[in-house]
Amino acid sequence: MTDFLSHLDIFCFIIAALVASTPLVLAAMGGVMSERSGVVNIALEGIMLTSAFAGYAAAVATHNLWLGVLVAIVAGMLIAALHAVLSIQFLVDQIVSGTVINILAIGITGSFYRTYIQNSELAGTGVLPALHLNFLPNAPFIGVITLAALALIPIVHFLLFRTVFGLRTRACGEHPLAAETAGINVYFVRYSNVILSGALAGLGGAYFTLQQIGNFLPNMTGGRGFIALAAMIFGGWTPVGAFLASLLFAGADALSGRLQIGGVQLPYQIVGMLPYVLTIVVVAGAVGRAVAPAADGKPYKKS
Amino acid sequence: MKLDRALRQRLFAAVVLPLVSVLCGFIVAGVAVVVTGSDPIEAFTALFQGAFTNERAFPETLVAMVPYVFLGLAVALGFRAGLFNIGAEGQFYLGAIFGVLAAASLHGLPGIVHIPLALASGMLGGFIWAAVPGLLKARFGAHEVITTIMLNYVAFQLTDFLINKGPMSDPHSSAPRTAFIDPAAQLPTLLAGSRLHLGLILAVLAVPVVWFLIQRTTIGFRIRTVGFSQGAARAAGISVGWTLVLAMGISGALAGLAGADEILGVSHYMPASFSVGYGFDSIAVALLARSNPWAILPSAFLFGAMRNGAAFMQLQTQVSSDLISIVQAIVIMFVAAPAMVRWILRLREVPVGGLQITQRETAGVSSET
Amino acid sequence: MDLTVEWGQVHALLGENGAGKSTLMNVVYGLVRPDSGEISFDGRAVHIGSPQDAIKLGIGMVHQHFMLIPPLTVAENVILGNEIATGLGVVDQRQAISKVAELSRKYGLEVDPSRRVEDLSVGVQQRVEILKALYRGARLLILDEPTAVLTPQEVRGLFDVVHALVRDGAAVIFITHKLAEVIEVADQITVMRRGKVVATTSPKESNQAELARLMVGRSVLLRVEKGEAKPGQVLLELKDLSVQDDRHQVAVDGVSLEVRAGEILGIAGVEGNGQNELVEAIVGLRMPRAGAILLGGRDITHASTHSTLEAGLGFIPADRHRMGIVLELPVSDNLVLSRFDRPPFARWIVRTFDAVREYAVKLIKAFDIRTQGPDQPAGSLSGGNQQKLVVAREIGTQPKVLLASQPTRGVDVGSIEFIHRRLVEERDHGMGVLLVSSELDEVLSLADRVAVVYRGRVVAIFDQKEADRDRIGLLMAGAA
Repeated sequence: MTDFLSHLDIFCFIIAALVASTPLVLAAMGGVMSERSGVVNIALEGIMLTSAFAGYAAAVATHNLWLGVLVAIVAGMLIAALHAVLSIQFLVDQIVSGTVINILAIGITGSFYRTYIQNSELAGTGVLPALHLNFLPNAPFIGVITLAALALIPIVHFLLFRTVFGLRTRACGEHPLAAETAGINVYFVRYSNVILSGALAGLGGAYFTLQQIGNFLPNMTGGRGFIALAAMIFGGWTPVGAFLASLLFAGADALSGRLQIGGVQLPYQIVGMLPYVLTIVVVAGAVGRAVAPAADGKPYKKS
Repeated sequence: MKLDRALRQRLFAAVVLPLVSVLCGFIVAGVAVVVTGSDPIEAFTALFQGAFTNERAFPETLVAMVPYVFLGLAVALGFRAGLFNIGAEGQFYLGAIFGVLAAASLHGLPGIVHIPLALASGMLGGFIWAAVPGLLKARFGAHEVITTIMLNYVAFQLTDFLINKGPMSDPHSSAPRTAFIDPAAQLPTLLAGSRLHLGLILAVLAVPVVWFLIQRTTIGFRIRTVGFSQGAARAAGISVGWTLVLAMGISGALAGLAGADEILGVSHYMPASFSVGYGFDSIAVALLARSNPWAILPSAFLFGAMRNGAAFMQLQTQVSSDLISIVQAIVIMFVAAPAMVRWILRLREVPVGGLQITQRETAGVSSET
Repeated sequence: MDLTVEWGQVHALLGENGAGKSTLMNVVYGLVRPDSGEISFDGRAVHIGSPQDAIKLGIGMVHQHFMLIPPLTVAENVILGNEIATGLGVVDQRQAISKVAELSRKYGLEVDPSRRVEDLSVGVQQRVEILKALYRGARLLILDEPTAVLTPQEVRGLFDVVHALVRDGAAVIFITHKLAEVIEVADQITVMRRGKVVATTSPKESNQAELARLMVGRSVLLRVEKGEAKPGQVLLELKDLSVQDDRHQVAVDGVSLEVRAGEILGIAGVEGNGQNELVEAIVGLRMPRAGAILLGGRDITHASTHSTLEAGLGFIPADRHRMGIVLELPVSDNLVLSRFDRPPFARWIVRTFDAVREYAVKLIKAFDIRTQGPDQPAGSLSGGNQQKLVVAREIGTQPKVLLASQPTRGVDVGSIEFIHRRLVEERDHGMGVLLVSSELDEVLSLADRVAVVYRGRVVAIFDQKEADRDRIGLLMAGAA
């Protein structure tokens, strides 16, 4: 009997990791598209946070959770567009531009939170419908956004590797000059991909407020945008790889500070460090093994 | 008045650009205030009062300025080497941890020994926390932006673990904080009745020291050269890898010093919730000052004033102090995109070097220093 | 400048580096705007403003540096920009592959369309480039230095393809500096030198020797006043040195050389035959695969740049902007770039600016560096003065051996003369000089001995007296 229960526990854990990986997968896939076209998107964190807020605000205002999701996605696209304009048009260093957005996100969401939410009587919005697994009563519910994320994995994969758009994207990320001599508008491709990454990250942001909690807390993304970048790197800049890596990171997260080694319960904060330390290890070790798109991060000036 | 081109460009970079950036920052923040339904004039007035004119406001502004000086210097030093040290926040924490450890666990030492010891510990903590990403970059090419940000989060967790009912928490208190530091380790107050402490003097002294380091020493020369041209540095026999590690380490040490200084001078203990984003703000401080040590002083003063004033502003007008982050972000954006400012002001481009914005220029490092 | 190409012919464009061949063809392909003159295609005057215009006319170009996307497959690279797709924007892989296969069969360009470009050898990659052009309907194909990266067998394969194309009625312009190939494959030959056409001929009317002479010309040599060399002991020794390039191909293939005190050894050769890798290996910027490098008897094969410079090597890099000087630093700092942390320029970690300044003033005077003062940023100096700065810095350290790579590239005549004179002076004082230059004139006038490299090997070494310009030209070009 105990064997069976422990098996169930593992399933529960896997489900928990799956659900927790939702924002990571979405943001990481966004990162994949953006970087595959040659633009580093450090702003994923800020995009997710702002989208989380925007989606929440919209849901509260309209009493419609689905509308909230839509607004979150649009918000993500708009902010990503800002990043694109700064780094592609004005040739601002992509890291600086991403950092600007992250700081802006904290500032805007923080101040709006304080003004509107903190002292108001607005209750939470409730959460999106979710799948209840009856045979695993202890497992977390699998929300709509999680299902959407899973569905998007093959879609993004197909987009990147089987369509004209994906082909041109990859060309621009590897050798923009060659792409241009082949007649491709590199600027357009990069803009499109960055905005697309914003949409994906925006959906990831919606997870926090509309699926997970039903409320907004300052800084609720907690660095997941950066962890998503590590998942992207670890996953070799592919959607499937990003998913698997995200599961790994989310698994560390889902431990919720419960980890025993040799019967000794580790302090939850130490366990909480795990995703971040793992990210460092991946970033340091993965360089050289997984190869980034060759023109990633380099601004391109049309000749 | 006909100014020559080079002088015009320098004036633009050193004066016009920062001024316009700050101005735009406030304008955008003002818009945000209006959107949230408050009166921007009222808000900014409260900000000003809170920063300068209220009773004890000005000394408090100076108190808030101190960590910004150290942290701004830290980030600026990183920029000089071509590095993006976003980990100043985490290094700040580590400095505080190391500092409070030395200050609270030792007793019976005279102040003249205890204080430098505690400060040095803080510097050590920050040094280590920054040297690790530096090593990872030099050896593996790991991008310091991600590694330093990750270490920030690790630092937060570490702090919580140590101080929140952890090994470093005060056994006599239920609040999540460390014990009080030894009285001998406390930094003396400069102005009776205020929190203004010796740290201000240290901060002001740190500026010429860092300037000297960068401009007059061989270490600074290495750092600058690597920041300008890794290729030329390598061809002249300079070890680029070690220079990067050293630059990160010194940068971290400065950030750690800020942390220890805050403990010794302001709170005299370390709470589990230590910083409110000082480390991130300092990126804006450094960019606004274009990584020039002397310019860090006015830049840090500005941000200190804003932080101090924002607290009062929030109390008085319900406008959130997060507004300051908005100002910061806009400031960075404009400083990093001189092209945007030129476009807004309809200035003609100064064709020296064209529109090519290198990472260094974006990071605000001026070429002539 | 005038050039006429006819259909059904292979037209070779011959000339040395910098003769203007690539530039001219870039104009035809729309990558460069001409200042004057006109282009007529099939009898009509045309304006070619971009590669798209050229492609529409049926002009295709295969560049020296391939415009291929390594991780993508052959088929994907070929169709990029003109993709075969279904209505939804999905790439029709099967059609793409079959189309590419069809084209490759037609012209004898054997290539597997589903393989990734990065897995292919350089020769096969080139075929992909040609396929790209053909896929877009090119009838005039421009090949820029196509055999520079090919093995002899691959060259044969390329010639077969060219002949197949020409038989089909297309025209091929073949840009090269290699004489043997020109004789073999061309129907018409145009020789260019210093931006002008100097001759139009054909293999029947000419021969390799004459072509070589036309190519390198009897230009006015910058004659350097030079006494006899009095070579002393061996200072720099390269023993069987092998070095790989960034793509892990052999760049330096078992080179053995000696530089003696009081002599200038010049390395002549067309750029890209391993000289850069050789220089980097000596300086410590690249580690050799095999062999040894000895400086003054000391083994510096795997030494760092710092140790190598310490051991007595002076280094004038070929790329002065990226490796020679730091543009943002003042002249004085640049002059002590490799010695800044040592007395008298620094005491412990504090720099002594007075000593630096004094030294800088001295060098500025001695080397006639035209600058407003030692504090001027090096970036604002003219090219010639920047180069003199680098020369001054290196000679100032009184090295045993001075390694000078392209020391007068992009430099005005006055500075060239100056630098040449100083090199000879130092030689007379007992310094050993290893001169690497793609300017044949420079090597012939300066060097006491001349080593010719081709494909990473030293193919011949001459004393200055025996150095025959024509013969060396042939050797540089890979002819017997």
